[in-house]
Amino acid sequence: MSSSEKPRRDYSLVGESTRRAVETGLASAEWYHTEVPRKVMKDLMQRRDGPAIRDTLLWLALLVGSAAGAIWFWGTWWCVPFFFVYGVIYGSSSDSRWHECGHGTAFRTRWMNDVVYQIASFMLMRNPVQWRWSHARHHTDTIIVGRDAEIAVMRPPDLLKAALMFTGLLDFRYALPGLFRQAFAGLNAEEESYIPEMERHRAVVAARWHVAIYLATVAVALYTWSFLPLMLVGLPRLYGSWHMVLTGLLQHIALADDVVDHRLNTRTVLMNPVSRWIYWNMNYHVEHHMFPMVPYHALPRLHALIRHDLPAPNPSMWHAYREAWPVLLRQLRYEDFYLRRDLPPTARPYREEFHTLATPTAAE
Amino acid sequence: MAHWIEACAVDDVDEEDVIRFDHAGRTFAIYRAPDGRFYATDGLCTHEKVHLADGLVMDHVIECPKHNGRFDYRTGAAKGAPVCVNLATYPVKVEAGTVFIGLD
Repeated sequence: MSSSEKPRRDYSLVGESTRRAVETGLASAEWYHTEVPRKVMKDLMQRRDGPAIRDTLLWLALLVGSAAGAIWFWGTWWCVPFFFVYGVIYGSSSDSRWHECGHGTAFRTRWMNDVVYQIASFMLMRNPVQWRWSHARHHTDTIIVGRDAEIAVMRPPDLLKAALMFTGLLDFRYALPGLFRQAFAGLNAEEESYIPEMERHRAVVAARWHVAIYLATVAVALYTWSFLPLMLVGLPRLYGSWHMVLTGLLQHIALADDVVDHRLNTRTVLMNPVSRWIYWNMNYHVEHHMFPMVPYHALPRLHALIRHDLPAPNPSMWHAYREAWPVLLRQLRYEDFYLRRDLPPTARPYREEFHTLATPTAAE
Repeated sequence: MAHWIEACAVDDVDEEDVIRFDHAGRTFAIYRAPDGRFYATDGLCTHEKVHLADGLVMDHVIECPKHNGRFDYRTGAAKGAPVCVNLATYPVKVEAGTVFIGLD
């Protein structure tokens, strides 16, 4: 099949690509995973409270400390470095906390996962009920067009939009009105396609709580006639989300879509220790998608165990972006083009039965 | 009345662990609780039909390996999103080192 014969991608969750994915068995398919002995996997999956309690205490200390500094120096340039730290903690590291606690793998104790999940969801302007379900779908149908609600860069790529993501503007523009719409008008058809009926009311209630807190923050700002309350609640989602985008974009961009092998559509990138702490080791992203039960603190061990079966990780974020950029440029004209990385000789071949039917063009 | 089917040997399942058992075109999960008792449920998660035997047993909870949906394997009760539908459970008996599950 030539690239011109492939139907255009329809990223709606209730459109033509959705119908095709369900019809062909691409939706809810059985995915490839590296063989890991049960006893080893059981050990890797073990939950512990210790690492996440330590990291959460540090997270909260940084949050409160940087907020205190920002308030103290408010009105002077000295507040800028404090807002820089506060913004990254609030607008970026909350994403990995949301993610790990949503999976329920960060802590062994369930309520600790739930509390951090709710706090992080608020920071991110994400409806905690809706996003739990959208992320479940992301794991069922990772980068399956018409099914996955969390595809960051669609094809052909909108590079201006991708660049604007670093400012947080686009996400903010989508997230905040979305919460208001859910609070006052309910869920839309796409959201209802992945949120079961029995959970929809909870999603609306959660949106109302978030909206109430934002309205209260605006009221305080007006009452005190100060921008400061908004700089502390809400706006960090704008000025602090750049690190979340920097790391998160690399998870899947320029790689294959409509496949059932995470080695084809997901990327592992080695990173500096600060970014790994902010990101809670989600740079080991192929490993996370293959084995979502493994907690963040065990992902480096999992990586060492299965790397013989995976494409070589990118040695840095810079390397990964340099690798992805020409592919994105090529996708502007040939949207079926994607990056296909070599597997080491020790790896089992790619599973690509759906993909070879759909997408003939690849970069090596 | 339950029809007892031989599922596995007691030693096939570690404490606080689970194994898969297939029988007559159906798939089951056999659990050994921390107190040594055995339990049996349907083998597939009610959310996305993933084998629970690849999941994690913590105390009396089985967590699905795909989306971390959690069930109490003693009762089959779903313990929150993303699982909403309970698991079917089956009676279990242990005789002479062998685990049997009761099917209708």
